[in-house]
Amino acid sequence: MRRRAPVGLWVAGVAMAALALVPAVYLCVRAVDADADAWGLLLRDRTWGLMGRTLGLAAAVTGCAALLSLPLAWLTARTDLPGRRLWTVLLCVPLAVPTFVSGYVLLAAFGVGGALEEPLTRWGLPVPPVYGFPGALLALTVSTYPYFFLALRAGLLSQDPAWLEGARSLGLTPARAFFRITVPLLRPAFASGALLVGLYVLSDFGAVALLQYDAFSRAIYVQYEGAYDRSYAALLGLALVSVTVGVLALELWLRGRAGYHRSAKGAARASSLVRLGRWRVPALLLCGAVVAVGVGLPVGILVYWGVQGLSVESGPMMGPAWNSVSASMLGAVAAVVGALPLAFLAVRYPSRLTVALERVSYAGYALPPIVLALSLVFLGVQAVPFLYGTLVMLVLAYVVRFLPQAVGVVRASLLQLNPHLPEAAASLGQPPSGVLRRVTAPLLRPGLLAGAALVFLTAMKELPATLLLAPIGFETLATRVWGATAEGRFAEAALPALVLMAVSTLGVGLLVSQEGSSSPS
Amino acid sequence: MVRLLLTSLVLTLASPALAAETLTVYSGRNEKLVGPLLKKFTEKTGVEVKVRYGETPQLAATLLEEGAKTPADVFFAQDAGALGALAKAGQLQALPKETLDKVDARFRSPQGVWVGTSGRARVVAYNTKKVKADTLPKSILGFTDAKWKGRLGWAPTNASFQSFVTALRLLKGDEAATQWLKGIQANAPRVYKNNSAIIEALGRGEIDAGFVNHYYLYSAKKNKADLPVANYFVAAGDPGALVNVAGVAILKGSKNTDAAKKLAAYLLDAEAQTYFAQETSEFPLVSGVKLAEGLPALDKVGSPDLDLSKLDDLRGTVKLLQDNGVL
Repeated sequence: MRRRAPVGLWVAGVAMAALALVPAVYLCVRAVDADADAWGLLLRDRTWGLMGRTLGLAAAVTGCAALLSLPLAWLTARTDLPGRRLWTVLLCVPLAVPTFVSGYVLLAAFGVGGALEEPLTRWGLPVPPVYGFPGALLALTVSTYPYFFLALRAGLLSQDPAWLEGARSLGLTPARAFFRITVPLLRPAFASGALLVGLYVLSDFGAVALLQYDAFSRAIYVQYEGAYDRSYAALLGLALVSVTVGVLALELWLRGRAGYHRSAKGAARASSLVRLGRWRVPALLLCGAVVAVGVGLPVGILVYWGVQGLSVESGPMMGPAWNSVSASMLGAVAAVVGALPLAFLAVRYPSRLTVALERVSYAGYALPPIVLALSLVFLGVQAVPFLYGTLVMLVLAYVVRFLPQAVGVVRASLLQLNPHLPEAAASLGQPPSGVLRRVTAPLLRPGLLAGAALVFLTAMKELPATLLLAPIGFETLATRVWGATAEGRFAEAALPALVLMAVSTLGVGLLVSQEGSSSPS
Repeated sequence: MVRLLLTSLVLTLASPALAAETLTVYSGRNEKLVGPLLKKFTEKTGVEVKVRYGETPQLAATLLEEGAKTPADVFFAQDAGALGALAKAGQLQALPKETLDKVDARFRSPQGVWVGTSGRARVVAYNTKKVKADTLPKSILGFTDAKWKGRLGWAPTNASFQSFVTALRLLKGDEAATQWLKGIQANAPRVYKNNSAIIEALGRGEIDAGFVNHYYLYSAKKNKADLPVANYFVAAGDPGALVNVAGVAILKGSKNTDAAKKLAAYLLDAEAQTYFAQETSEFPLVSGVKLAEGLPALDKVGSPDLDLSKLDDLRGTVKLLQDNGVL
C-alpha cells in the first residue's frame, strides 16, 4: 500500500531541492547571453575530447577509491583491529587537505628535484611519475577515498548481523558470506560513495591544474580567469550539469529496486567482531600505508617547509581556526538537517517525484566551486540582499555545495532501516516526535554522523565560496593557506595548513566518538 | 558548543553596523603585500578599510554579478584586463584628474575610470646553473628556436600570460601571434598553473627558462635566497617587454566616493609608491621613487607602445589560444 508523505516533509524537500537548483538556474540565466561564437566553441571536438579525458579520470579514481576503501571500512568497523577508532579518524583526514596542497605536496616530494627524488634514486627505487594521468589519479584517489570509506563504514555499522549469521548457519565460509551477503548489502553505500567521488573529480580544479592533466573544469576556469566571459563559461557549466544528470540516471538504473533492510522480527543489534589473528599485521600495514601517503606525506612536507622558514611570521591561528570550525560545523549540521527530508521522501515514499527531488540535490555537485560561489553571489544580491555578506550566506553556500554528501550517506543508512520498527513504535502509542527520538534517530546515527563528518571535513578546506561569500575579514585556515601559497610563500603556508589538518582530525575524532552504542567496542 | 556558535553568528551579523566611515575594498592583490599599506592609509586618514581578498578574475566576476548593488567601493586589481572588463560593463566611475595625471598616460584608462598603481614587467626567468644570460635571445620571438625544445615552461591559463599574448596580437598581428604559439608548442613547453609554479620548477631544475612577471623571483628569493634563478629582460620595445599594471578603480555603486578618492590618491602618494618599489619589488609609476635593487629603470625596460586598456580584448586571445590547442 502506498502511503502519502506528510505535507511538511514535502515542503521541506521541495525547498531543499530548489536551493540545490540555484547553480543550474544561474547558469541558464547567464547562458542566455551567449552568442553564436560561444555556441560554436562549445560544440567543437575539443570540448568533447576534454570531457572524455575528464570522465576517464573520474571513472579511474572512483574504481581505485572503492577498491581501497572496502577493506579499510571493514577492518575499522567489523574486526578487532588494534586502535580502530584512531585509524578511522586518521583515514578520514586526507579529506581535509586542500587539493592544491596535495598537488604541491606530490610535486615537492616526487617532482624533479623534489625531496624524495634523490633518496629513492639512490636506493634504486622508481620515482612515481607526478605529471599527467598517474599523478592526478594518485592525488585524487588519496583525497577522495574517504567518501567511500565513511559511506561503507556507516553501511557496515548499521547492517543487521542477522543476515550474515543466517548465511553462515547455511554453511557459507566467512569469506564467501562476506562477498555474497555483506558486500551486496552495501550497494547503496557503494552507490553514494561512487557518486560523491566521481562527481567530485569532475569538479576538481586544484589538483588537475597543478599536476598538468587537462580536464574540463580547467576549460571553465580559463573563461573566468582569462576572458571574463561568463556566458561561455555558463555553457560549459551546463555541459557539466548534463553529464551529472547522465551519471545520476546511470546510477539509478544500476541501483535497482532491491530492499536492504531486515524484515525478520527482533531488534537490530551490533555485529560481533571478527578476530583477525595472524592477519593483524598485514591489516595494520595496509592502514599504515594509506595513512602514510594521505597524512604522513603532507605533514612531512609541510613540516619541511615550516622548518625552512622558522623565522617567518605566520600570525595568530586561533581566530582563523575558530572561524573554520564554526562555519564548517554550522554547514555540516545544516546540510545533514537539509538532507533528511530528501532522503526520507525518496526512501520511505518512493515515487518518480520523490526520487527526482533527491537526485536534484546533486545538480551542482560536479560544477567547479567557483561557479557555485558565483551563483550564490547572484542569489544573494538578487533575492536576499540583507543576508549578503553575512555568515548565513556562507553556511548556505556550504549547504548547496555539500548537500549531496549528506544526502548520499543518510539515504544509504535509511535504506537499511526497517520501516516497520518506527511503525511498531507508533502503533504502541509513541507520538511522531517520540518515534523519531527513540527509534529512528538512534538507528540512523551512524549515517547522520558520517554525513556530518564528510561535510565538516570538506567545508574546512573550501575556498572560492569562503573567499567570495564570507563576511569581509572572516579569515579561515584555508584562506590563510591560500594567501601564502598564492604568492609562493610555502614556509608561511606550512603552519596554517598543519593547524587545519590537526583541527580537522579533532573534529572528526569528536564525531567518531559519538558513534557510541552502535559501534561495538 | 551550539551556544558559542550562535554567539559568534550574532556577533558577525552585528559587526558591520558598528563602524562609522568605512571603505569596502575588493582586493585581487595579496593581503601580505597590500595589507600593511592599507593599514597605513587608515592611520593617516582615519578611514576604516574592510577588505575582501581574492583572486583578481574571480573578484571581477563577482563585481560583474553584483552590478549596481555591490557593497564594494573600490576595486584594487592585479591586472589591467580585469579593470577593462568592469569599465566595459559601465560599472566604474571617473577618477579625479589630479590623481590620473600623476601617472603616465600609458598606464591609465583613456576614459579616466582606472589608474595604474604599480608596474609589472614580463620577463624570462632562467636557471642560472643551466643557462648563460648571453645565450638568451633578444626577442621573445627567439624562443621558438628548436634549441629550446623541452626546456621551457609557461602558464597559459594565467591572466598575465594572456595579457602578454593580447599585446603580441595588437603589436604584431594575429598571424605572428599564431606563429609564435605554434613555435613554442613545437618546443613542448611544460604547462604550469601560475608564475610561482614556474619559478619553483626553475629552482628545482625541471625547466631551463620560463615566461613570468618580474617580481615573483623576488618573493621566491625571500623564502630561499640561494635559488639559482634570475630574471632576463628582452630588448626594449619587444612584445616580451610588456609592462602591465596593478590598478585601482572606484565602483559606480559606491556610497563613500570621497573616501574612495582619498584611497586612490594615497596609492599614488610617494609613501605608497615607495612601498610598492621596496616591498613588492614592482615598478613605481610616479616619477622620483627609488627602485628595488637590481631592477632596470622603467624607461629602459621599454614597454612597447600600446594602450593597456585594449588588453581587455581577451576573448580573441583565448580563442586564439584554444584554436592552437594551447588551452
